[in-house]
Amino acid sequence: MNEIWAGLQAAFWLVARLDPDLVEITLRSLQVSVTALIIASAIALPFGTWLAIRRFRYRRATIAVLNALMGLPPVVVGLIVYLLLSRSGPFGVMGLLFTPTAMIMAQVIIITPLIASITHQAMRELWAEYHDLLISLNTSNRQRIGTLIFDGRRALLTAALAGFGRAIGEVGAIMIVGGNIDHATRVLTTAIALETGKGDFALALGLGFVLIALAMIVNFAIHVLSRTEREGRW
Amino acid sequence: MMRLFILCALLWSSVARAETMKMAVTTSFHNSGLADILLPEIQGDIGLEVQLLVVGTGQALRLGEAGDVDAILVHSKAAEDAFVAAGYGTHRREIMYNDFVFVGPSDDPAAIVGADTAAAALAQIADAQTDFVSRGDDSGTHKKELSLWGAAGFDAATLGAWYKEVGAGMGASLNTASSLNAYIIADRASWLNFGNKRDLALLFAGDPVLFNQYAYLPVNPEKHPHVKTDAVAALETWLTGDVANALIDGYQIEGETLFVFNAK
Amino acid sequence: MSMIATLTDATVKRRGKTILGPINFELAPAGITIVLGPNGAGKTTLLKVLHGVERLSSGRIQWSVPDAEARQSQAYVFQSPIMLRRTVGQNLAYPLKLVKAPKADIARRVAAWADKTGLADAIDRPATRLSGGEKQKLALGRALIRKPAVLFLDEPCANLDGRSTREIEALLAKAHADGTRIIMTTHDLGQARRLAQDVIFLLKGQYHDHGQAAAFFSKPRTAEAKSFLQGDIVE
Repeated sequence: MNEIWAGLQAAFWLVARLDPDLVEITLRSLQVSVTALIIASAIALPFGTWLAIRRFRYRRATIAVLNALMGLPPVVVGLIVYLLLSRSGPFGVMGLLFTPTAMIMAQVIIITPLIASITHQAMRELWAEYHDLLISLNTSNRQRIGTLIFDGRRALLTAALAGFGRAIGEVGAIMIVGGNIDHATRVLTTAIALETGKGDFALALGLGFVLIALAMIVNFAIHVLSRTEREGRW
Repeated sequence: MMRLFILCALLWSSVARAETMKMAVTTSFHNSGLADILLPEIQGDIGLEVQLLVVGTGQALRLGEAGDVDAILVHSKAAEDAFVAAGYGTHRREIMYNDFVFVGPSDDPAAIVGADTAAAALAQIADAQTDFVSRGDDSGTHKKELSLWGAAGFDAATLGAWYKEVGAGMGASLNTASSLNAYIIADRASWLNFGNKRDLALLFAGDPVLFNQYAYLPVNPEKHPHVKTDAVAALETWLTGDVANALIDGYQIEGETLFVFNAK
Repeated sequence: MSMIATLTDATVKRRGKTILGPINFELAPAGITIVLGPNGAGKTTLLKVLHGVERLSSGRIQWSVPDAEARQSQAYVFQSPIMLRRTVGQNLAYPLKLVKAPKADIARRVAAWADKTGLADAIDRPATRLSGGEKQKLALGRALIRKPAVLFLDEPCANLDGRSTREIEALLAKAHADGTRIIMTTHDLGQARRLAQDVIFLLKGQYHDHGQAAAFFSKPRTAEAKSFLQGDIVE
């Protein structure tokens, strides 16, 4: 109990004096996870929607694989990305290992199946509702996907936020591919792991509270920015 | 959507960086806090930003072999010699040493406080069958511990359930030892900087076999042409120079000197 | 006068059971055709296969223009109107946006149709929150906004009050006057008498009778059609 209290105090002081290290790693956490989220969404939202509207031979198998990929262990993703990006790996010449770019790649792999799967679930219902109309209007596949994404944007926002939550809280993969380098690839979660390793639970917990607060602020900010709460009258 | 892109662009608009190089170091070196003293000085003196990858010795050597770092700073002489012999490193340069210590429950059930040698201390722990935490992660500290067990006449692989390999870094292993109130071998720096000591205490140190030599190994540019040879050489010159000497010898925690500079 | 569509042995089967057909007939190019028949006679299925949103199991339907063009120039109003989760104005604009109509053109036609359907005041309201009658008028406006050559309606006035029904019938009469071919189903014999120029009478998925409205209502040719018009249960 003492340690939790000390953690709260540590969090308060870190934020109150805008600790420059804290600001830096917080911004980097955002930089990595928001970028990963945008890339993953650009892939997963159309793909999940496409899965909802298309009937093809291996559709059920594809959905089963997608759902299985949702449970990909981040550590394994990290290890594979690490081996691919290592100088002695196939993409080594790009020199991406231990950079934020590598961390983004790992997070994209981890959250894309999650976002695509939630998207597919949500879009299936909307497609059932719109099916007859969109067929009648002779829409192309592209128009169908566009319409469903636009009209289902609230559900998709939920999907994206779930992806963001998983990305910003992830530590196993980015520790391996990022290396937790101070001033280069250290983010909130890897800093927490580091401080825990040093036995400095108060600071680790303080960073943890900052992370939780950040996740909540981002959720709230995205809801406000997209004005979903006001438009949520459908 | 547009707002998201703007947010993203803002996040990425960081300024250009100074020259950088990557160096793999051991957890024990990093946990000592010495890096926080040396790195800003290096940046100030020679304008080089050294990015540290804090890993176990085993992984540090692998990173060097793969060419994912420009140099490594580790403490496991046999492995280092093999690394250079295999052509992964150009040479091995000794920088400094610190020492390993035996940490355990303050009431010392195995009574190792009065032991004559490190080997004797381990034998007493094995006799008493009290909990003992091993790093178990192929790190320099782990290798050192295994060689000490060997010197005491034991094979670590055949010890009983009281011998717990946790497969974790120094800090995490110390956390485990602290929770179990178990014995553990740690480097002095990590121990002094450790914040979760609870009932643990330093019980045994000083046997010369416990000295822990750190060496600097540049990655061989013949194997990995992208290695930043100039930066690596500049760092070696600095690490073996007078400024580093004064900083390393002068670094203390709780009034104790941690490292002894011995570069030649 | 050449025919707008020709059905040859058009048949729909589901799980081995014949829902519709085989049907053979030709559809005249102008007018309002009312499809009558008891529940389960296959009225909706006939409309859907004509429009091409449901497939035939066998047989064929030949439009006077190529299939893709035919569907593009048709519109369909479903029994329970499907509202896009957008505003009334955006619902009206949607079919025009699909064909990439110029923006100014879209704005002009949306305003005009909001007016014609009596929804001008509701143009910025979410379509899903309209009343049943308003939804059906919006669905009709959205169907007519591309000025379709053929308009299908499946029970457009089911569950509507008299006023909404009258407004929808007025819109249909206007569309017909503007040259749209109308094919609709209804349960409301009064509505059928008011609108029909010719009648298709379906029974158990079979094409049973087809004729000029006046003749069908005054002198039905078959006993089944006669009892249906008298309000008896026909199965």
